[in-house]
Amino acid sequence: MSQIEEVSVDQFKHLVSERAIRGETMLLNMGPQHPSTHGVLRVLLELDGETIVNCIPDIGYLHTGVEKNMEAKTFQKAEVMTDRLDYMNPLGNNLSYVLAVEKLVDLDVPARAQAIRVILVELQRIASHMVWLGAFGLDLAAMSMFLYCFRERERILDIFELVSGQRMMTTYIRPGGVWRDVPVEFDKAVREFVQMFHKRVDEYERLLTRNPIFIDRLVGIGYLTVETALQYGVTGPNLRASGSDWDLRKARPYMGYEQYDFNIPTRPEGDTYARYIVRIEELRESLKIIEQALNKMPLGPVNSDNRKFVPPPRAEIGVSMEALIHHFKLWTEGFPAPKNSVYSAVESPRGELGMYLEGDGGPKPYRIHLRTPSFDNLAVLPEIVKGHLVADLVAILASIDIVLGDIDR
Amino acid sequence: MGVEQKLGNMGVVTTTLENMVNWSRTNAMWPMLFGLACCAIEMMAAQASDYDMSRFGMELMRASPRQSDLMIVAGRCSKKMGPVLRRLYDQMPEPKWVIAMGDCASCGGVFNNYAIFQGVDEVVPVDVYVAGCPPRPEALIHGVLTLYEKVKGDTFKEYAVKYK
Repeated sequence: MSQIEEVSVDQFKHLVSERAIRGETMLLNMGPQHPSTHGVLRVLLELDGETIVNCIPDIGYLHTGVEKNMEAKTFQKAEVMTDRLDYMNPLGNNLSYVLAVEKLVDLDVPARAQAIRVILVELQRIASHMVWLGAFGLDLAAMSMFLYCFRERERILDIFELVSGQRMMTTYIRPGGVWRDVPVEFDKAVREFVQMFHKRVDEYERLLTRNPIFIDRLVGIGYLTVETALQYGVTGPNLRASGSDWDLRKARPYMGYEQYDFNIPTRPEGDTYARYIVRIEELRESLKIIEQALNKMPLGPVNSDNRKFVPPPRAEIGVSMEALIHHFKLWTEGFPAPKNSVYSAVESPRGELGMYLEGDGGPKPYRIHLRTPSFDNLAVLPEIVKGHLVADLVAILASIDIVLGDIDR
Repeated sequence: MGVEQKLGNMGVVTTTLENMVNWSRTNAMWPMLFGLACCAIEMMAAQASDYDMSRFGMELMRASPRQSDLMIVAGRCSKKMGPVLRRLYDQMPEPKWVIAMGDCASCGGVFNNYAIFQGVDEVVPVDVYVAGCPPRPEALIHGVLTLYEKVKGDTFKEYAVKYK
């Protein structure tokens, strides 16, 4: 058991206002076990009647020590930890990490692997937004949204299972390419999903977008100006709903995103409703990217042929002594990385997911630091909930789409 | 094997009180709406359309520990969360059961480090362990059915000892 240190209340008095100490306002604890905090977030609320005067998020209930644990593993083995950070977006985390490793050791990726990565990451974005939309609906008492959204999410997970054998934590994107080529059924499965999902997005919009109860709960709630958003480092759909069109896929293209034709949905309002609209529009843009990537998908290898970093295919090991040695070396020792540091960022469903990686000449990372989007997005919460009712906090918290695994890592 | 086959045409069924009580417990076991990490998403998937745990009398996830019978520890339990988890368990009314869902809750999983309990059984007594990282919804449902088998075999004497 860990040691629990006793601390006095006086140490925390500076967190709340004088009025709370005098007993004029009420302190209310929300979480860590609360259905609307989307995980194990604890929010300490200072209330004047039902109006929020102050809000203090308390994080760390899911602190996992991922960054430290990754230092003890070789570059290939550390990748499995990235899946479990932001557990709505495992493939996006893989991509961010793998791009950093490839940048560090200067490894090229074949065009086919790039197209496969783009398709899978965009599917993951849709799956993540589906969980968000389901939970968002559930928080606003639209129970049926949860059931519809998880129905669609299962179809995406079926595709992941088809290519990798796992539903969620696939670790399919590897340094130098992907684990193995996609099966022949992949193309048909994705096309069927895309065709079906176009209609489903329209269905969600018919259910929610003009729903008067939905609009009453959301419009004008949780207003976030673009200046505040930039000060706090808010990225992703939350920033785009405030009017900025910053999206790393357009601003700093990676994985060949510059060859696809898609729009960055933005809204000027910056309220909870705008954040909903932006995410719904993103679903359509992701479908566009997937369709283009499928049509353009080139043939060829899915892994780099640099045997110093990528293990040889199974067939080669039986006939080539060199391949056997490479395979053995890679999986026992790993590959060394130069003494250098890199930063690579991708646009995750929640914003800029950055990976800072430092090598020390050995096969293990010297230091890894993650710039996770939910952490910055949550930091802005006290700014935007002040003056709202407690029930609005639920809507705002749901609309900024936090994942506790992403915050606490 | 419906009830009417057992009843025959007499309209009477004989059984022991233990059997009757255990049968009713297994058919309306309300889990606590409480997720820690990745496994919580799969737990939600098990509740949703495709897998539909309500087939096993579990459609009602209770947000309050005082109204729930079963705690599904879905995900990794950090040192900061441990006391909270124990408190939630203590608040649940008896009889109560715990399922450790996933590798992290069962044994620490891939996170063998300073921050995570190496198995949630260091904090609360666990009845069923479900393996997988994360377990598929089918695996969770199998875990629930395994728990049902366990509950069906319980006797009042054991309950009296356990919840003295």
